[in-house]
Amino acid sequence: MKKEPFLTKVGPKDAALGDVLRSNGVSRRSFMKFCATTASMMALPPAMIPMIARALEQARRPSVIWLSFQECTGCTESLTRAHTSTLESLIFDAISLDYHHTLQAASGHAAEEAREMAMEENFGEYLLVVDGSIPLGNPGYSTIAGISNHDMLVEAAKGAAAIIAVGTCSTYGGIPHANPNPTGAVSVGDIITDKPIVNVPGCPPIPVVITGVLAHFLTFGVLPELDHIGRPTAFYGNSIHDRCYRRPFYDKGKFAETFDDEGARKGWCLFKLGCKGPTTYNACATTKWNDGTSFPIEAGHPCLGCSEPDFWDGGSFYRALSAPTENIARTAAYTATGAAVAGIALGALNRAKKKASSKAHIEITIDDLER
Amino acid sequence: MTEIELLSWARGPGLQIATVIFVAGIVIRFFEILMLGRKANLAEARGSEMSGGLKTMFTRTVPDRATYKRSAFTITAGYLFHFGLFITFFMFAPHILLVKDIFGFGWPSLPTPIVDAFAVITIISLLAVLANRLNNKVMRYLTNFEDLLTWFLTLAPLVTGYIAFHRIGFTAPTLLAMHILSVELLMIVFPFTKLMHAFTLFLARWYNGAISGYKGVAS
Repeated sequence: MKKEPFLTKVGPKDAALGDVLRSNGVSRRSFMKFCATTASMMALPPAMIPMIARALEQARRPSVIWLSFQECTGCTESLTRAHTSTLESLIFDAISLDYHHTLQAASGHAAEEAREMAMEENFGEYLLVVDGSIPLGNPGYSTIAGISNHDMLVEAAKGAAAIIAVGTCSTYGGIPHANPNPTGAVSVGDIITDKPIVNVPGCPPIPVVITGVLAHFLTFGVLPELDHIGRPTAFYGNSIHDRCYRRPFYDKGKFAETFDDEGARKGWCLFKLGCKGPTTYNACATTKWNDGTSFPIEAGHPCLGCSEPDFWDGGSFYRALSAPTENIARTAAYTATGAAVAGIALGALNRAKKKASSKAHIEITIDDLER
Repeated sequence: MTEIELLSWARGPGLQIATVIFVAGIVIRFFEILMLGRKANLAEARGSEMSGGLKTMFTRTVPDRATYKRSAFTITAGYLFHFGLFITFFMFAPHILLVKDIFGFGWPSLPTPIVDAFAVITIISLLAVLANRLNNKVMRYLTNFEDLLTWFLTLAPLVTGYIAFHRIGFTAPTLLAMHILSVELLMIVFPFTKLMHAFTLFLARWYNGAISGYKGVAS
């Protein structure tokens, strides 16, 4: 079933999700399959599947306001450029996306009116999705309709039931936050502290992770369990390294040394080429990308660690994780030269001391003692 | 400070600080030792200093039978943990990459399960030498703070490395940062404690051997 996302029949605003799916020809069987997949991905017991199905079927389309700040639209691309229309994208269509300045047809005042109306009508209930970081250096660095990113976020957050920060920029600052951070970029969590926030990092994040979080919210009315940096543990509970199909090669000590050597052709571990899989928590190795086709490591490229805070500042992407980020050889050479001079000076000082003390040495004879 | 920032600090500025102290300490101590000088030996030479010195550098690697009988446990456990330290440090792929990055050359690694096993053997041996030290009245009496500090700082990178490899307790970036920081602590203390023996060992052996060589006796 090939279908362009966002061209699905979404029905009236208050249509239940089940009706929307049915009107788009989604069979009961594939819907239940989606519920089962969601349950297993989120590590929920199988007994929960009917509950998820019931809740999703009856769910009213929640109002979603999507704010894009200092970002590249990659996160939106990730969600909308699925090769085929999937249940996940239908679920995504089935929410009432009331404001998304890249996707919506309206522009200018009409667009801003739509946002304000949605905020007013659904005060306290709407979901706020944010991608992009917020500049604090100067409000003029990034504005929408003349409103600074900071002010728009604070205003929209007031009536939000919860906030989903999508992408590494909105979760941890991302590229704009990278050293030297010229715009003073910060994350959503740095500004909003009184609302539940789910961080869905990644550059971009995996689409199914976003729909998974939405499904969880629709089913249970609460946000999923989060780890210590606000990520849903169901998707960010394991490191890429622990779930990587190339892991056995790491354990055997078989590594690709360059991108075109025998090891690379045989699919050996990419640790030596700078893979950040061991320190990166994400679902790439299990859910994969492009409808489960592949993920960067499977395509022969080391993991960049894009779902971790400050991954841009962690040194070269192609430098092994165990290698230093500074030029240690130069430091050692300079230090050794300086220390050699200091060592010679100290040695000379010791010799002088020794010489002086032996010079000061007075010989005492038996006669001297008897006197 | 986030855990990735901590890891970046450990891999960058932290390692630089540790390297400066480590290298400066070792070089200065070497110059001080070498510049101590020796009094001219007025006795007639009965053998070669050089051959006696060089020979002793290697013969001391094997303990003589009487010494071994007297302290078999200390020697066996000592050998085990030194050998284990060598394997875990020099034969683990990520460590070789570190060496290659700094010095420009590397060598093939051992499979990780083998290195892992050696890490366990080394940790057990280190625990055993401490237990032995504390159980023996004389050794306990002779033990000072430096002995315990160097023991702890040698064990710490092994334990943190082991839990970082197996991801026990914390997330991977934190574990890796803790491992690197524990090594940096070891590097900082290294030149100023008995750990310096790793560098002065052959110098001292040569010196002992050379004295005997000059006298024409076995060392």
